[in-house]
Amino acid sequence: MSKIQRTGRRHPVAAAALLLVGLFVSGGSYALVSNAATASNDVPTAVQIETGESLFLANCASCHGLNAQGTKAGPSLIGVGALSVEFQVGSGRMPMSSSGPQAEVKPVQFTQSDIDAMAAWVATLGPGPGIPEERLLSGGDSANGAELFRINCAMCHNVAGAGGALTEGKWAPALNNIDPVHIYAAMVTGPQNMPVFSDMNITPEEKRDIITYLQFVDENPSVGGFDLGSLGPVSEGLFVWVFVLGGLVAITIWLTAKSN
Amino acid sequence: MAKSGNEVELPRGSAVQRTGLVENPGFEPAHKRVHDLDPARATKAERGISALFLISGIMSVAAFALNFAFPIVEGDLSTTRLNTLLVGVAIAAGLLSLGVGAVHWAKTLMHGHDLVEERHPTRGDEPTRKQVAEIFTQANKESGWTRRRLLRNSLVTALVAFPIPAIALLRDLAPAADPNTVLKYTIWKKGTRLARDPSGVPIKASEVTIGSAFHVIPENLKDYHETFLNEKAKSAVLLMRLPVEDLKEAEDRKTWSYDGIVAYSKICTHVGCPVALYEQQTHHLLCPCHQSEFDVSDSCKVIFGPAARPLPQLPITVDAEGYLIAQSDFLEPVGPSFWERTS
Repeated sequence: MSKIQRTGRRHPVAAAALLLVGLFVSGGSYALVSNAATASNDVPTAVQIETGESLFLANCASCHGLNAQGTKAGPSLIGVGALSVEFQVGSGRMPMSSSGPQAEVKPVQFTQSDIDAMAAWVATLGPGPGIPEERLLSGGDSANGAELFRINCAMCHNVAGAGGALTEGKWAPALNNIDPVHIYAAMVTGPQNMPVFSDMNITPEEKRDIITYLQFVDENPSVGGFDLGSLGPVSEGLFVWVFVLGGLVAITIWLTAKSN
Repeated sequence: MAKSGNEVELPRGSAVQRTGLVENPGFEPAHKRVHDLDPARATKAERGISALFLISGIMSVAAFALNFAFPIVEGDLSTTRLNTLLVGVAIAAGLLSLGVGAVHWAKTLMHGHDLVEERHPTRGDEPTRKQVAEIFTQANKESGWTRRRLLRNSLVTALVAFPIPAIALLRDLAPAADPNTVLKYTIWKKGTRLARDPSGVPIKASEVTIGSAFHVIPENLKDYHETFLNEKAKSAVLLMRLPVEDLKEAEDRKTWSYDGIVAYSKICTHVGCPVALYEQQTHHLLCPCHQSEFDVSDSCKVIFGPAARPLPQLPITVDAEGYLIAQSDFLEPVGPSFWERTS
C-alpha cells in the first residue's frame, strides 16, 4: 500500500478490475431491464390494459372510434393484434400528423411502456398477431432469406431493400436498419397497402431468414464500390451520364485544343 | 496541300462550273507558344511532365504493393472492397498520369508547326502492274485453269455445294417446337395445384387470408428440368385475396375466382416484365418497368400506362382436399403481343 502511494501509481490490475465491475453492472442491469420488458409483453396486467385504453381514448379514438370500431378517417382495430400497434406506433407512423397517401415515419411519440399498454388493450378487442418470440428475430439463414426476399418483397422494396415508388404518391419504404420486430410485424400485419404475408404463406422461420438477410445487407458494404443508393441503373446511369461522359468530353476538348 | 483563292480543282467529268464554293481558309498564321518563347516555361513544363511520368511509375509499383498490403480476406467483404478500390485507383492513376504526361509533352514541347500529309496514290506503278499480270498468266499456264475445263468446273461445283450444310446448321438455331404453341400455351392445365414460389408447396384456399399476396408457380413445374426457367417465365402467377364485396366480376368470369381469391398472370402484357407491386387497399397492381397499372378488383383492366390488354386471369377453384387448383390453362396467351396473336 505504502509502495503504491510512494510511486503514485495504481495497481496494474486496477484498470482491468474496474472494467470488469463496470461490465457486470451495465450488463446485469440491462439483463434485468430486458427481462422486465419480456415479462410485460408476455402477460399484460390489468393496470396495463387500463392505461392502454385511456391512452387510446386520448390519442387514437378521434380517427379509430371510441370502441376502436373504425370511422371514415381510420380503420377498425378489432382483431389487428398487439403486433400491429407495435409496428404502427413503435415505428412512429401512428398517430398520423395529417392524412395523406401514406402514413409517414416520424419520431416515435410514445414511450415503449405506453406502446406496450396500447398493444395490450388492442389485443383484448379480438384475437390478432402478437409480438414474436426473440428467437424468430435473428440468426436465420440469410441465403434462403435473400431468395424469399427477391420473390416476395424485392419488386416493391428493391433487391437491396432501398425502397421504391408505388402509385399515386405511395411508396415502399427503405428497409435499412429497421427494428427486426417491425420487419416481422410488417409481414404479418400488412400495414397500409402492403399485402399480408401470413405465417401460412411465409413461415415464422422463413420470416427470420428474411430478417437475417436484411441485417446482412445492413452490415455488409457494397463490394463493388459506391452503391449510389442501391437503385440500380437509375442512379448508376445518371452518374455515368453526368460524370463519366462529362469527363470524357473535357478530356477530348483538352486533347484537341492548341497549347497557348 | 493548301490552295488559296478560287483555284478549286473540279472532279473529273464535271460539266458544271460550280460557283459560290466556300473558300479554303488555309492555315492559321503560325503562332509561337509560350514554351517556344520562354525557355524558363519550357523547363518548367519539362519538369512537370517528368514528374507525371515519375508519379505513373510510383503508382504502378504502389498498385502491386497495395495488393499485398490490403489482401482480400475470405469471408470479409469489406476487405474485397478496400482491395479493389485501392488497387484500381493506383492502376488508374498510373495509366492516367502516363497518358496526360505524353499528351502534355506533345502539346507543349514537341515541334508545333502545322503540316499536311498527302495520301499516297492507290494505283500501283506500271512495272508492278505488269508483274502482277505476268503472275496471273503464268499461274494459268501452269495450272491449266482455262485449258482443263473439267477440272475447273468440278472445282466450282464443289465450292458452290460447300456452304449447304450451314443452311441446316443455322436452321437448327430456331426453336425446335412451333413458336406459336410455345407462346400460346403454358403448363397450367385442369387440376394443376397452385404452389408457392420457390418451395413448390401447394396452397390451400384456407391459407390465403384477406389482403394476402402469394407468388405462385404450378405444382408440376418441378417436373420440367430442361425447360424449367422457360416454363416458369410463362406460368408465373400472382394470387391475391380481396374482400368479396370489392370484386367486380363479369358474368362469364364469376366462376373463375374462389371466395375472393383471384389468380392473374404475373407477366405484363406490355413487354413481359413481372407485374407484382400489389397494393392491398387500392387493389392496384403496378408494373415496375413502365408504370402500367392494373385494377385487380376489376379483371386487371389497364388503368394507366402503356400495357394494351388486361393481365390474363387463371380460372381457379378448390379440389376435394381444399387445395387451390387451376380449372384450365389461361384462356388467352400470356405476356406481350407477337405477330401471330389473334386477339
